[in-house]
Amino acid sequence: MCLAVPGKILAITGDDPLLTMGRISFGGVVREVSLAYVPEAQVGDYVIVHAGFALNLIDEAAATETLATFAEIAAFSGGKPNEIR
Amino acid sequence: MKFVDEFRDPQAVHRYIQAIAQTVTQPWTIMEICGGQTHSIMKYGLDQLLPPEIQLIHGPGCPVCVTPAELIDQAIALAQLPGVILCSFGDMLRVPGTTADLLSVKAQGADVRMVYSPLDALQLAQANPAKEIIFFAVGFETTAPTTAMAVYQADRLGLKNFSLLVAHVLVPPAIEAILSVPDCQIQGFLLAGHVCTVMGYGEYQAIAQTYQIPLVVTGFEPLDIVQGIYLCVQQLEAGQAEITNQYQRVVQAQGNPTAKKIVAEVFTTVPKMWRGIAEIPRSGLGLREKYQAFDASRKFKLNSGLSQLQEPSPCISGEILQGQKKPHHCPAFGNACTPEHPLGAPMVSSEGACAAYYRYGKFLAMA
Ligand code: SF4
Repeated sequence: MCLAVPGKILAITGDDPLLTMGRISFGGVVREVSLAYVPEAQVGDYVIVHAGFALNLIDEAAATETLATFAEIAAFSGGKPNEIR
Repeated sequence: MKFVDEFRDPQAVHRYIQAIAQTVTQPWTIMEICGGQTHSIMKYGLDQLLPPEIQLIHGPGCPVCVTPAELIDQAIALAQLPGVILCSFGDMLRVPGTTADLLSVKAQGADVRMVYSPLDALQLAQANPAKEIIFFAVGFETTAPTTAMAVYQADRLGLKNFSLLVAHVLVPPAIEAILSVPDCQIQGFLLAGHVCTVMGYGEYQAIAQTYQIPLVVTGFEPLDIVQGIYLCVQQLEAGQAEITNQYQRVVQAQGNPTAKKIVAEVFTTVPKMWRGIAEIPRSGLGLREKYQAFDASRKFKLNSGLSQLQEPSPCISGEILQGQKKPHHCPAFGNACTPEHPLGAPMVSSEGACAAYYRYGKFLAMA
């Protein structure tokens, strides 16, 4: 019940911050989700969703940085990757 | 899919595995506290790829698995009351209580429904004013804000036919309980990224210091997990005991302040019984005095000593949830106990350690 995948905000509705809802696309599957906990969210942002609530935005800069670290580790370990089982 | 596929790159996973192998000089035992991570580890066979020095132990991080049978019996008793609609997340409906589960009670005519969000339960209450809607609220810090918001809104709406059977549990007290066991073998922790999304990781500072143990906030994709292990091993090899944040793209040190605020408004910490483990002080959430009208056990005067009749069971879920044994050590694993006929909670939820082992065929290699 805890696995959550990132979804992209397609549209935002509602004026009361506690009742703001978003239409979120999870790789094509669209769901209505509460945006009460991410008041700063904008259309186009990616969010992590749990039990019908977006709990945080994905920080694109941090994601890019993590991916860059993955590339760096290649330089560190040098050799070829092992065969996948 | 963006922010998913990049974090599943098998080549990068292998490079990290190599980096871990080049860093490690002695055996280390690391617990991944979260069942979602256990699920990924089994699904992608990460435990098989790691160097033999790294031993992963699966933690009690599946809220469905740690909910005691007595609480499920209470949910069943509530579901059987006339005029009640009892709803919860799908996994919760399949977990065995002492003698039955919620789905079997539904088959006998009780109105039991699966919901995706506590807000769905709230909508049921608005749509069915003549019925009593009870939400069996389960989950860690991650789902607590979703339940809290449902209560907060129910209060604002003045709803009288909505209540909760609260089974929320908290992670840091469980980690402390595991580390306090005298012969505890665990030397490092991968912390549950989603829990930290809400709560941040300040709470773990004291644990790192008291127990001199590294804790790494870790995400759920294969690359997150191998990077989390790498960061943990680096600390272990250097003799450090700090908190590092692997899951920076989602988790900030302070967590989500809005979510924390509403959780604190609605709930207070209470002692909580963990299935197969014991009662852990301050490890659960209970409704604050102001919101007691939404407490189903008060509203329907449940007596807590409901079920003392315990069937003898081969289930060793307590030892599994504390990392003392692995699922294939259980005599019932894969024969008397399967996801279709679970004897214990870790076989029910796909994030439970027994189900993860069963589903990804681990028992074949272990037999
Ligand atoms: S395999 Fe089944 S019976 Fe054995 S510990 Fe796991 S849940 Fe319990």
